[in-house]
Amino acid sequence: MNSEEFEPTIIAFLCNWCTFTAADLAGTSRLVYPANVRIIRMMCSGMVDPKYVLKSFLEGADGVLIGGCWPGDCHYINGNLKARRRIALVHEILERFGIEKDRLWLRWVAASEGNMFAATVKEMTDKLKELGPSVIRAQQVA
Amino acid sequence: MPTITIDNKTVVVEEGKTVLDAARQAKIEIPTLCHNDSLEPYGGCRLCVVEVMDGGPRGLKTSCTLKASDGLVVETRNDRVMRSRRITLELLLARCPEVPIIRTLAREHGVKDPRFSADDERCILCGQCIRVCKERMGVAAIGIYNRGVKKYVGTPYDEVSDVCRSCGACAQVCPTGCIDFDKFSDKPPVPLVSEWNVGTRKRKAISIAFEQAVPKTPVIDKDACVHLNAGTCGICADRCIANAIDFDQQDETVTLDVGSIIVATGFDPMDPEPMTQYGYGRYPNVFTNLEFERLSNATGPTSGALLMRDPNDRFKFTEPPGSVAILHCIGSRDVNYHEYCSRTCCMYALKFAHLLKDKVGHEVQIYNFYIDMRCFGKGYEEFFSRVQSEGVRMIRGKATRVTDQAEADEEEGKLVVVAEDTLLRQLLRVPVDMVILCTAMEPRKDAIDVARTFGMSIGSDGFFLEEHPKLEPVSTATAGVFVAGACQGPKDIPDSVAQAKGAASMAQALTSLGEVEAAPMISDIDSDICIGCQVCIGLCPYSAIEFDDRRRISVVNGAVCKGCGSCAAYCPSGAAKISHFTDRQVFAEIEGLLEAGSM
Repeated sequence: MNSEEFEPTIIAFLCNWCTFTAADLAGTSRLVYPANVRIIRMMCSGMVDPKYVLKSFLEGADGVLIGGCWPGDCHYINGNLKARRRIALVHEILERFGIEKDRLWLRWVAASEGNMFAATVKEMTDKLKELGPSVIRAQQVA
Repeated sequence: MPTITIDNKTVVVEEGKTVLDAARQAKIEIPTLCHNDSLEPYGGCRLCVVEVMDGGPRGLKTSCTLKASDGLVVETRNDRVMRSRRITLELLLARCPEVPIIRTLAREHGVKDPRFSADDERCILCGQCIRVCKERMGVAAIGIYNRGVKKYVGTPYDEVSDVCRSCGACAQVCPTGCIDFDKFSDKPPVPLVSEWNVGTRKRKAISIAFEQAVPKTPVIDKDACVHLNAGTCGICADRCIANAIDFDQQDETVTLDVGSIIVATGFDPMDPEPMTQYGYGRYPNVFTNLEFERLSNATGPTSGALLMRDPNDRFKFTEPPGSVAILHCIGSRDVNYHEYCSRTCCMYALKFAHLLKDKVGHEVQIYNFYIDMRCFGKGYEEFFSRVQSEGVRMIRGKATRVTDQAEADEEEGKLVVVAEDTLLRQLLRVPVDMVILCTAMEPRKDAIDVARTFGMSIGSDGFFLEEHPKLEPVSTATAGVFVAGACQGPKDIPDSVAQAKGAASMAQALTSLGEVEAAPMISDIDSDICIGCQVCIGLCPYSAIEFDDRRRISVVNGAVCKGCGSCAAYCPSGAAKISHFTDRQVFAEIEGLLEAGSM
């Protein structure tokens, strides 16, 4: 597979109150960003079970993006901080599956930051293109 | 109670009162210069002399120090008394020929040219300043020095006092305004500026916020009050007839149980001082919109007269301007400050222009420097046409700076507005007497804290974010919290009223329904799977999970749960699940997305 034509697939778990709204804003503002992202709405970043992340990678996603509110702005008081602790642990075990840490991103994007959401997706897509397909995807394709 | 006779009038007074008090009670006027109700009797000016005819030691006595004892008979205006007062006034007039209060009293008593050589003192040595300093402020930083004609008010050894607190009480009580503060202290008193009148007027340490304040009750500025800071003064408490002054009051936190909250915290006007090109704070006659608004207000510092500021005293206003420049979009529609339009400026700028023409006169020259005129509301465009027909000049082009550096004769002593007229493609220098800056509406400084308190979001402009710009214009991310007015974005009065009524209806709708619809996405713990580890109880930010001791499992209270999913993401046995976000549903989403979107 030629790396130039590689288009990564990103599964994004976005908090309903901030990043999901930001993605909505990016759309209504007609911002252009890579079409590589597949969004799953969650009520809070703190709701993202580690097994959702692993499931995504096992099903062949090249990257997983989790979007939450800025610290202090969580709609549910502190769900984003729980997500931060949890994702730090998931990062620890990912490498044992042969998946690079850089494939799992946790980012804070406020509801008004449509630009930032678009920029984050762009940045992540570029990074994943650099990394190439994930081990699991490579196996699936092979 | 003692009964005395003053000028053949019988007066019954309270025990311990003076003859001066008794005379005032009987509405008999006795002139005095050194008496002050808040200070101990002094008997210094000798103007309040009366003649005791009977009932006590006879002769001329100062009424302010003479106790009203039973049976006393006094006369206040007989020849002997008047002669004494005239001589006193003649001496005072010779000492202080320019002091208005002395001139008035001298004229009233028929004293014309004094026979003594004239001096030009302003201090009449009434001693009120030194007494207020000692008796009321408890400091005694100043006193009277020397004797006879060399007598003066000063500090020990004429050095600046190290005990003076710069409270300014001496200047406050001085009847002739002759206190030279620099001689007493090297810390000049800092004026308390009326917040309501935005820097155009001073206020006292105890004051009523503004004329229409509700409740119309004075408040004490606890940082400035001498009594609260040093334990002295307390003059207001002595003077208050209703005994309403309570120095022990403290701030209270009031806890209210409510069903909904409307956040209507408004905006902050932008401070134009950092935009040095417009000279605000440097040139006395560069005003902000709010300062000008206070000038034009009947309860403002000038009682509604549109006057220029005295260059030497920012609380003094002198004469009407001959020409005025109104600068639009200061901080609005400006990528360096705020990208948004503040929406109100065009219309109040036109109002200012109209008021100037109306109050100062048609001859006043008015220049509006605008980018675009946005007269969007009902009747606004018509008002714009009317103001233009009144002879107000409209110049399309934002002013770049305001300077006092004259380049031509007609610019001498004026403020020069430098701008580009983009319609004529010409650079302009317009000399004017007064400049008004139409500053931007900004989010409140503490908007972030307020947003966090109420669980609201903040937009990129810093204002509170409504739930949906079209369909939910007054709701926020938190159920039961609504927004209204300029805290949600710059707004004029009609728009604020409309939104406020919308928010009030939304709040009332919740109340009148009597029940609240809860979102279906709440947690549910499968009682067959739960192992009772209780980890979820510690994680729940709303304390919605309780432990059922009998069944040894955790149970969710559906009315309290908000559905954040903290429990579901952690639950080691997989018993806690959020409805509509179960593992099967999320997994199906992941599978579907990856299947459909494999690239």
